[in-house]
Amino acid sequence: MKEPGEYFMEGNIACAEGSLRAGCGFYAGYPITPASEVMNHLSKELPKVGGRFVQMEDEIASIASIIGASWTGLKSMTATSGPGFSLMQENLGYAVMTETPCVIVNVQRAGPSTGQATKPGTGDVMQARFGSQGDYEIIALSPNSGQEMFDFTIRSFNLAEKYRTPVILLADAGVGHMRERVKIRSEVETIDRRRPEGDETEYFDTDRKDHVPPMPDFGDGEELLITGSTHLGDGTRDTSSFEAQDRLVRRLVSKIEDNREEIEDWEEMDVEDADLTVVSYGSMSRPARGAVKKAREEGLDVGFFRPKVMWPSPERRLREIGNNSEVLLAELSLRGYRMEVERAVPSENLHIYDRLNSLPTIDMIYDKIKEVVK
Amino acid sequence: MSEDVKINIDRKLCTGCGICIKFCPKDVLGESDDLNQYGNHFPEVVAKDECIVCRRCELYCPDFAIEVEEE
Amino acid sequence: MIKAKDIKKKYIRKHPSPFCPGCGGGMVLNSMSRAVEESEVSKEDIVAVSGIGCAAWIPSPHWRVDTLHTTHGRAIAFATGVKIGNKDLEVMVVSGDGDCAGIGGNHLLHGARNNIDLNVLMINNGLYAMTGGQVAPTTEHDEKTLTTPYGNPSSSFEAAEIVKAAGAGHVARWTTYHMKELIEEVKKAIDTNGFSFIEVLTQCPTRKGKKEGMNGLEMLEWYKENTSKDEDSDKIFVGTLSEVDRPELTEQIYRQIDKAGGGLR
Repeated sequence: MKEPGEYFMEGNIACAEGSLRAGCGFYAGYPITPASEVMNHLSKELPKVGGRFVQMEDEIASIASIIGASWTGLKSMTATSGPGFSLMQENLGYAVMTETPCVIVNVQRAGPSTGQATKPGTGDVMQARFGSQGDYEIIALSPNSGQEMFDFTIRSFNLAEKYRTPVILLADAGVGHMRERVKIRSEVETIDRRRPEGDETEYFDTDRKDHVPPMPDFGDGEELLITGSTHLGDGTRDTSSFEAQDRLVRRLVSKIEDNREEIEDWEEMDVEDADLTVVSYGSMSRPARGAVKKAREEGLDVGFFRPKVMWPSPERRLREIGNNSEVLLAELSLRGYRMEVERAVPSENLHIYDRLNSLPTIDMIYDKIKEVVK
Repeated sequence: MSEDVKINIDRKLCTGCGICIKFCPKDVLGESDDLNQYGNHFPEVVAKDECIVCRRCELYCPDFAIEVEEE
Repeated sequence: MIKAKDIKKKYIRKHPSPFCPGCGGGMVLNSMSRAVEESEVSKEDIVAVSGIGCAAWIPSPHWRVDTLHTTHGRAIAFATGVKIGNKDLEVMVVSGDGDCAGIGGNHLLHGARNNIDLNVLMINNGLYAMTGGQVAPTTEHDEKTLTTPYGNPSSSFEAAEIVKAAGAGHVARWTTYHMKELIEEVKKAIDTNGFSFIEVLTQCPTRKGKKEGMNGLEMLEWYKENTSKDEDSDKIFVGTLSEVDRPELTEQIYRQIDKAGGGLR
């Protein structure tokens, strides 16, 4: 684990270092471009801080084992890219259903299918939200720099522990392989899952306002009943009653929905008086922000909005912005975030700058801004 | 052979599979006339005095439905 | 001799179970409970991991230990995380033949290859029973099942032989007819520091027995007649198939952590 200080560091390494700082105790993974560096780094560094590392036979086994390990009380993580993320969907749903804290890093690449493994893309945003079957909500963060790869990994662990949920770190090959200055602080806030107190005996239901039940460990003598089937508060499987399904699934959805104000996060710049707001995220947001700054310098009233948390969606704020200005969505994808933004912004106000395979220059986006503003 | 043996068959658990009847080495159990929800006959004790408390019935019962009590 | 009353009180919950009359599932549950009772391990240290299917319902929710009921075929992968996460836990995996050797085949292979200290009971009824009785990798060639109405065009494989070849530390086969031997084998699995794989031929009267004209009891008798402890017999061999000493994954990982200088997180 790197000592506090400033480093010139690759994004994937910053993510790995963030997990070490966050207290990760278990990593299981499978090699895949452009995410492998996270695993490579942790294979060496995690044992040094007393964490367990194992390379598994595939991505399905990777996410399965981090869920199993989480129930032994360890903070756990895996990292992958699109093809592996697709494989992980079933067990991701299992982590949601069993309320198992864990972090899944998806360093997105150009798809669909095998696509272009070394090239960035952000086409998995909707999959992060809807990839597994059934009704659920998810938390997904989108870093746009080496620093955020470090910071958001820590935040991902904290959110996972606080809300007893899997959290997805939606990075992309641009941010993952970019090298930048990363500051590693000595003081880092970490959150641990809430363990049962006093007479709390239900670990799969709660009347608490935050909807988060306490979580014991294996070996605590609780005779835990953990299951991906619909279940009652004590974990007993109930695969038929209306009451069980209604209560459980609504609570799982409310757990994210009702806590969204604490979870959501975004960056805004010069939005109040903007005629046009550029909305962007991930590595694309870097030239996008540059283009907005240039536009301002040229006297155009352009603002910038960047979701740092993709899910739960910043729809409330997007809707406000979309009703007050034109919006230009700039993304490294054709369908990544588009339909979500279309939901919030009136169609007559929405413009798209989409690009595949590689980042545009600031000028390319600036040219588009000028074209839209006309 | 013990006179203080009680063999309890819990009819809420017994599925009438007949395994205990067959596996008893002393033919202590037989088929009763009573049918359960599956349409199977509950077992009943037919030769209590033959019971040697080997507990083979307990070992083989899939449903934990039979208990041999020795006073 | 242990009393059923005591076993039931200490190890069993949520009865009556949903298992069919004559199903071998409850017999496996019974043997696992008795094996633990006769072992040094404490039931508080046991985690039972299962996948999807009737066999998966053996520990979940009927066994009074920590249970992890997971996704289809993935029990061994989840169990790997549990064991490596906390090496002091005694991890049992209860999985049907379809779950373990079908969809879960890859994880079975690598669990055995890693010789990770898990105790795997593969509950082999030769079908996918819970969903109606479809053909499985363990179904014989030509056998008629729900999805092979013209006879099974596929052929079966011997999961136990494959697990042996993959390097598991302890491989055995028994049937629910062999309750005493099964209990001893589970005890041995608990004592073995390595991947223990016990194939348990288990009767499914509803999906398998019915089409063969046998009830649960008759299937047990079939197991008795058609198995042998003699390797040279033509009958299905029951007993120990393999015992080897190979590096065990958990131990290896913890040793490396120790050497790297980290106190355990």
